Amino acid sequence: MATEVLMPALSPTMTEGKIARWLKSEGDAVRSGDVLAEIETDKATMEIEAIDEGVLARIVVPEGTDHVAVNTPIAVISSDGEGASPRAPFTQLGNGQKRGPAQELRRERLPPPAPPASAPTLTSSAPTAEREYTGATRIMTVREALRDAIAEEMRRDDRVFLIGEEVAEYQGAYKVSQGLLQEFGIRRIIDTPITEQGFAGLGIGAGFAGLRPIVEFMTFNFAMQAIDQIINSASKTHYMSGGQMTCPIVFRGPNGIAARVAAQHSQCYASWYAHCPGLKVVVPYTGADHKGLLKSAIRDPNPVIFLEHELVYGENFAVPDDPEFLVPIGKARVARSGGHVTITAFSRMVKLALQAAEELEKVGISAEVIDLRSLRPFDTETVISSVRRTNRIVTLEEGWPFAGIGAEIAALIMEECFDWLDAPVRRVTSKDVPLPYAANLERLAVPQVDDIVAAAREVAYR
Amino acid sequence: MAATRRGKPVGVAELEASPKELPGFYQDMLLIRRFEERAGQMYGMGLIGGFCHLYIGQEAVVVGMQAVLKDGDTIVTSYRDHGHMLACGMDPKGVMAELTGRRTGYSRGKGGSMHMFSREKNFFGGHGIVGAQVPIGTGLAFAHRYQDNGLICATYLGDGAINQGQVYESFNMAALWKLPIVYVIENNRYGMGTSVDRASARTDLFHRGMAYGIPGEQVDGMNVLAVHEAGLAAAEHTRSGQGPLILEMLTYRYRGHSMSDPAKYRTREEVDRVRTEHDPIEQARRRLIDGGTDEAVLKEIDAEVRKRVAEAAQFAQDSPEPDPAELWTDVLVDA
Repeated sequence: MATEVLMPALSPTMTEGKIARWLKSEGDAVRSGDVLAEIETDKATMEIEAIDEGVLARIVVPEGTDHVAVNTPIAVISSDGEGASPRAPFTQLGNGQKRGPAQELRRERLPPPAPPASAPTLTSSAPTAEREYTGATRIMTVREALRDAIAEEMRRDDRVFLIGEEVAEYQGAYKVSQGLLQEFGIRRIIDTPITEQGFAGLGIGAGFAGLRPIVEFMTFNFAMQAIDQIINSASKTHYMSGGQMTCPIVFRGPNGIAARVAAQHSQCYASWYAHCPGLKVVVPYTGADHKGLLKSAIRDPNPVIFLEHELVYGENFAVPDDPEFLVPIGKARVARSGGHVTITAFSRMVKLALQAAEELEKVGISAEVIDLRSLRPFDTETVISSVRRTNRIVTLEEGWPFAGIGAEIAALIMEECFDWLDAPVRRVTSKDVPLPYAANLERLAVPQVDDIVAAAREVAYR
Repeated sequence: MAATRRGKPVGVAELEASPKELPGFYQDMLLIRRFEERAGQMYGMGLIGGFCHLYIGQEAVVVGMQAVLKDGDTIVTSYRDHGHMLACGMDPKGVMAELTGRRTGYSRGKGGSMHMFSREKNFFGGHGIVGAQVPIGTGLAFAHRYQDNGLICATYLGDGAINQGQVYESFNMAALWKLPIVYVIENNRYGMGTSVDRASARTDLFHRGMAYGIPGEQVDGMNVLAVHEAGLAAAEHTRSGQGPLILEMLTYRYRGHSMSDPAKYRTREEVDRVRTEHDPIEQARRRLIDGGTDEAVLKEIDAEVRKRVAEAAQFAQDSPEPDPAELWTDVLVDA
């Protein structure tokens, strides 16, 4: 039986090459692995090896021939010593256009240019809002609400565990995990070494195996050490496995600026993570939302980035007692209704937006404040319907302006509300600098209530 | 247990009576060899795209190790993963169809050579970032211990990955918590084009867990029986709760790092010498014949393997590409 040796593609981009040298002559015996020839590509000279055993019956393309198209037959190997069947001399070299049968086959099999398959919008259609809660509440801090959410979910599901630096013995660097070690023990509340990439990856592996890890980063600044694991391992594996693998995991911890801790410890990662398909990104402000969203995140079968804020941990809110109180991921909340201008905010910035709204009220501007709560999926409906009423929008965030959440919302408004706008979108963000230490400079770098008021007045032309 | 060496590293194997497992090992290694040869060929024909890292030469490592694992034990590796999948019992058709990017592939055409998985066979990938599979494997072992299920994880990494920081973060946690895991370093002497002595301050890598008290052993990774013997001891060690263990398998890849690697960093003579003197499949074949196996039996095995590979190749070419709608599926799990 004779086998044709085809001009191989030796790199993902190669379409043709040169037969630099034949290392076997016609009539030579060849074994699997023997080098037959050297091929020059645009990048390198490579060897091609025999795959089958037999005799090199015929060299079809002599050495020195250039522009040999990939998949052109270049030699014939006969496996049982019979001569190659006679064939026309090779004549179609040099034009770089000949393509072997395999490639033609492949081209034919390509599907016709598909109409753009229906893309689920980047942003989701928003889930139904949580039912209005009318049960018992307790006044508690955000850190207590988070602790209660974790404890309730751990009581409910043995697969849930908390892992991170200082979460157990120390009771949490920001005291979020206070008391959990005492209730759940060292099997489920796990202190790690300072080793973010390691324990993030370990958590992802445990998630693949069916557990439900809550990975605490002492702050999200340190999660940069682990971001390869979060993006490449956690967020992409469900897709890359054709849906076989899931990674139900929560990465949580404080994000954004704190107080006077300077550039390396003060950064908002919201737009970094919100950029990536395969993740959910949650940015709550109120105590109820911290609790209800963290519980939803723990129950969610996907990797969830849960961005908290150090300056919010100590704030008090009325928080539902009911262990089945959940807040759906992907649904914004109108924190204050108004008719003149929409202000979008998330995390600590909601508080500033509400303060700004009070100020604006004094000058006769009625601001609607939307607490986004989730960034991915993003609740476009709530934002769009608000802007179509107010015809103006100011976006607010603690991150930097370039490619930030405000930039994304501005694009959304261009696409969806162009004809409704009475003023250009205004973004209020941190200044485009690393966060300075000095008290006065820090204040200048981070959005203040006055900045929001000024931006809102600007778009309201008052 | 101190760091030790077992067998002659990449040495001529001593001949001994072939154990009962050897015919199976021979067949499994041959399947990987023939599969990879065919994958290389199909890459050359443009049927496989992107990166494609062949396992040819290293077959003894994964075949010897797989035989020591029990049902439910977990496996994770890097991007040179075709051999591991076949050794786990994944269907060559599904693997080859993934290589050609077809809907019948293990990842429905969305993962490719480097990103395949099988929950059924406890194969957890198939990871494209050098070293990233090591914390993940450590997490699989963590889950075994959390669930107290008596299972272990075999985590494979190469001599290139061994210099990634996250490997040591993993070693530390695994030793600290005595996790049931065997780290199998496949030292094939080159991380892409950089030889071990140009990349590692010490070239014997089984010492790398020393700082964490992890015992290590160097094994002739071209001899499937040596691998199997070392693997048995390692699996027993870690399964009994004594913590992690490192096996450094001295092995060799015959082909380039990936299909587009001209491999100018080593000589043809070096490759030929290993192939001629240490080939894992040839060693096993010789042992079988010396142990009295009829050549006709081996020919039957060869024919059977060729048939399976040919069927896989045909299947992989005949299967349709993914439906365009697949572009949008599997981004998130529906909650």
